[in-house]
Amino acid sequence: MERIEYSAIETLLQVLKRRDYVTLAPILREGAIIYDEVENASQLPRAFVDVQAAGSYRVERREDNAYFGHHVGPTTWKKFLFPPLFELFRVIRTASGFRIEGDANSENHDTVPQHKYAFIGVRPCDVQALALNDKVFQNGPYVDRAYKVRRESMFVVAVNCTEAGGTCFCDSMGTGPKANGGYDLCLTELTGDDEGFFLLEVGSERGADVAKELPSRPADPSERERAVEAIQRARTSMGRTLQTDRLREMLADNLDHPEWDNVARRCLTCANCTMVCPTCFCSTVEDVTDLTGATARRVRTWDSCFTLEFSYIHGGSIRSTPKSRYRQWMTHKLSRWVDQFGEYGCVGCGRCITWCPVGIDLTEVARAIRERQHSSITLQEEV
Amino acid sequence: METIRDVDPMIPKPFRVQQVRQETPDTFTLELVSANGGGDFRFAPGQFNMLYVFGVGEIPISISGNPDARRSLVHTTRAVGTVTKAMRKLRRGGMLGVRGPYGTQWPVEEAEGNDVVFVAGGIGLAPLRPAMYRVLSHREKYGKVVLLYGTRSPSDILYRKELEHWRARFDLEVFVTVDRAQRPWRGNVGVVTNLIPKAPFDPSSVVAMVCGPEVMMRFTVLELEKRGVQHSNIYLSMERNMKCGIGQCGHCQFGPEFVCKDGPVFPYTRIGHLLPKWEI
Ligand SMILES: Cc1cc2nc3c(=O)[nH]c(=O)nc-3n(C[C@H](O)[C@H](O)[C@H](O)COP(=O)(O)OP(=O)(O)OC[C@H]3O[C@@H](n4cnc5c(N)ncnc54)[C@H](O)[C@@H]3O)c2cc1C
Ligand code: SF4
Ligand code: SF4
Ligand code: FES
Repeated sequence: MERIEYSAIETLLQVLKRRDYVTLAPILREGAIIYDEVENASQLPRAFVDVQAAGSYRVERREDNAYFGHHVGPTTWKKFLFPPLFELFRVIRTASGFRIEGDANSENHDTVPQHKYAFIGVRPCDVQALALNDKVFQNGPYVDRAYKVRRESMFVVAVNCTEAGGTCFCDSMGTGPKANGGYDLCLTELTGDDEGFFLLEVGSERGADVAKELPSRPADPSERERAVEAIQRARTSMGRTLQTDRLREMLADNLDHPEWDNVARRCLTCANCTMVCPTCFCSTVEDVTDLTGATARRVRTWDSCFTLEFSYIHGGSIRSTPKSRYRQWMTHKLSRWVDQFGEYGCVGCGRCITWCPVGIDLTEVARAIRERQHSSITLQEEV
Repeated sequence: METIRDVDPMIPKPFRVQQVRQETPDTFTLELVSANGGGDFRFAPGQFNMLYVFGVGEIPISISGNPDARRSLVHTTRAVGTVTKAMRKLRRGGMLGVRGPYGTQWPVEEAEGNDVVFVAGGIGLAPLRPAMYRVLSHREKYGKVVLLYGTRSPSDILYRKELEHWRARFDLEVFVTVDRAQRPWRGNVGVVTNLIPKAPFDPSSVVAMVCGPEVMMRFTVLELEKRGVQHSNIYLSMERNMKCGIGQCGHCQFGPEFVCKDGPVFPYTRIGHLLPKWEI
C-alpha cells in the first residue's frame, strides 16, 4: 500500500488521459453529484457532501477539503456500458425488402462512441454492481458485444468509503464499505486536521502500470491503521441493515404477504427506483423510422417493470396492479436474482430509497415481511 | 456446454416468404427461406424465433413446421395486434428478419416408451405441431398417441386438412372440440379439458404436453391430476412478453425463470407452484 498526496489526483487524471482513456468522474451539476467526463481534478466536487435520507437528497459544503466526501448520486456507472438509449442496428428499405446496416460495434455507430473509459471514484457498492452487470450482459451464453468491448477496455479507480451515506446498507450486502477487488486502483481518502491524502492499492497489472507514474511513498503503519479505522467507522455508522439470512426463500415464500398491499398503497409506480438502480437491466427495443419510412433504427432503451406495458401480452398486462409490480421489482432484486445469477441483485447503495418520491425503503419492506412471517411461525409453534 | 455466440445476438437475418397459407380468418402460416441462400435450419420442437417486421417491431413466434424438413422455416401466427397484423400483409417474396431458435423443447425423446397426450388450446396447436411430427415419424417408439384440441369455433380449426388426415390414422387418436358451434358441426362442443377424462391413454405412463392460454393449462393440469397423471410427466409452454429472447431484457420473467431461455417449455414440477399465484 502506497501513500499518494492530493496533488497526485491531477497526475492520475493526466496519466489516464495520455493513455487515451475518457476520464469519467463525479461532478456537481444542477444540485446533484453525477458522473461525467472531466478534464482535470478541479472539476471534481471537492468539499461537497450529499445528505441523503429516504425520499430526500441535498448537496452541502463540507468542513474539510475531501475530494470524495460524497456517496452515490442519481446516476450510475452502468449508463456508460449499457446506455439508456442505444441504437442496436439500422435497417434500410430496398426494392426487394430491407438490408441491415451498422451493428452496435461498427465505427459509425453514433449513439455511443467506441471509447476507452476510465471510471474514477467508483464506490465499493458500485464496483460490485459492475460485476453484476457483467453477469447479465457478458457472462451468459449470449453476449452484448457493445457492453463487452467497453467493459474489457475500461479502467476502474475505486474509492473506499470512510463515511456512510444516509441510505446506505452495503455492509449488509457484503459489498462495502471496502472494495473487494474488481478495480485497477483503489483509493482510501484520509482527511484530518492537516491536508488530506490517499492510500493507494493496486488491483491489476493495468493498475500497477498506471500507479508507477504517480509520485508515492510506502504507507507507514499508522497511516494504514487510520485507513482501517476510517472504513470501520463507515461500517458502524451505517444507519440501515437488511437481514440477508434466508432472504431469498423468505420472499419467495411470502408472495401473498399483506405487506405488499401496504407498500402498494404508497408506491406511485413512477419507476424512479429502477432508473437509479445500478443493477436494474431491463430494456425494450423499438423501431424508430424516419419520415420517409426508408430507414428504421432499432433502438434499445431502458425499461422498467413498474410500467403496465412491461408485462403486456395480447389481452392485457400480466402485472396490472401496483402491488404485483412492486413485488416483482423487490422479489427480483432480493430473491430471484439469486436463482438467476447466483447473487443478490442489490448492492445496498441506497439510491432507490433516496430517490423514491414517497420514501419507500426496501429494507423496511423486507423487515416487515420477516417480522410478520416470524410471528405467524411463532404462533403456529405455540398452538 | 453453451458457447459464446460470436455474432451479435440481437441482429436478425433476412428471410423471404416463400408461401402464405390462410389457416383461419385470423391465422396464417408463413413458410420462410433465407434471403441469403442456404438453408439448414435446425430447431427442436417447442423452440421459437423472434420475427422482425420492417419498421414495426419484433415478436416471439413458435416454430410450427417439421423439425426434419430443414429447408424452410414455418410459423403459424394469429393476427392480434400491431406486429402480427403487419405480418399478415406479407406476400410471397416479402421479407422478415429472423433470430433464433431460442428456448427449451418438448420432451419428445424422454417420452419414448410411453403414451403421449398433446393438449392444445387455440393457437397453442402451432407450438405443439413439431413435437407431433417428431413423435409420428418415430411412431413405433411410443405407446398410445392422443391429440386433444380445443378452439373457439369450427371456422377457427387450424391445420384442418392435416387434422383430418391424422384422424384417419389408426395409430393416432384425434379429438377436436369447439367452444361454440353453428349448425353443420357434429363434433364436440365445450372446452378442451372436457376431453381429458375419457381420453384413451394410460395415466400411469402418459407424458402430457400442453400449450394454450394460461387458464386452459391450469384446468388441464387439474383434469390430468384427477386421472392420476404424475406431475413429473406434465409439460407446459408459457407465454410472456419478450423483447430479446436471450435473457437480457427482463420482460419474460416468471418468478425465478426467464421464459425465453429457461422455457418456454417447462416441466410442471418446475413452475407448478407459481401458476396459481396472482400476477406473477
Ligand atoms: C414463446 C412464445 C411463442 C409464441 N408463439 C406464437 C405462435 O406460434 N403463434 C402466435 O400467433 N403467437 C405466438 N405467440 C404470441 C405472440 O408473440 C403475440 O401474439 C405477439 O407478440 C403479439 O404481437 P402484436 O404486436 O401483434 O400485438 P400487440 O397486442 O400490438 O402487442 C404489442 C406488444 O406486446 C407484446 N405482446 C403482445 N402479446 C403478446 C403475447 N401473447 N406474447 C408475448 N408478447 C406479446 C409484443 O411485444 C407486442 O409487440 C408466442 C409468444 C411467446 C412468448
Ligand atoms: S435495489 Fe436499491 S439499494 Fe439495491 S442496488 Fe438497486 S438502487 Fe441500490
Ligand atoms: S418504490 Fe418509489 S421510486 Fe419505486 S416505483 Fe414506487 S414510488 Fe416510484
Ligand atoms: S425475452 Fe428478454 S429476458 Fe427473456
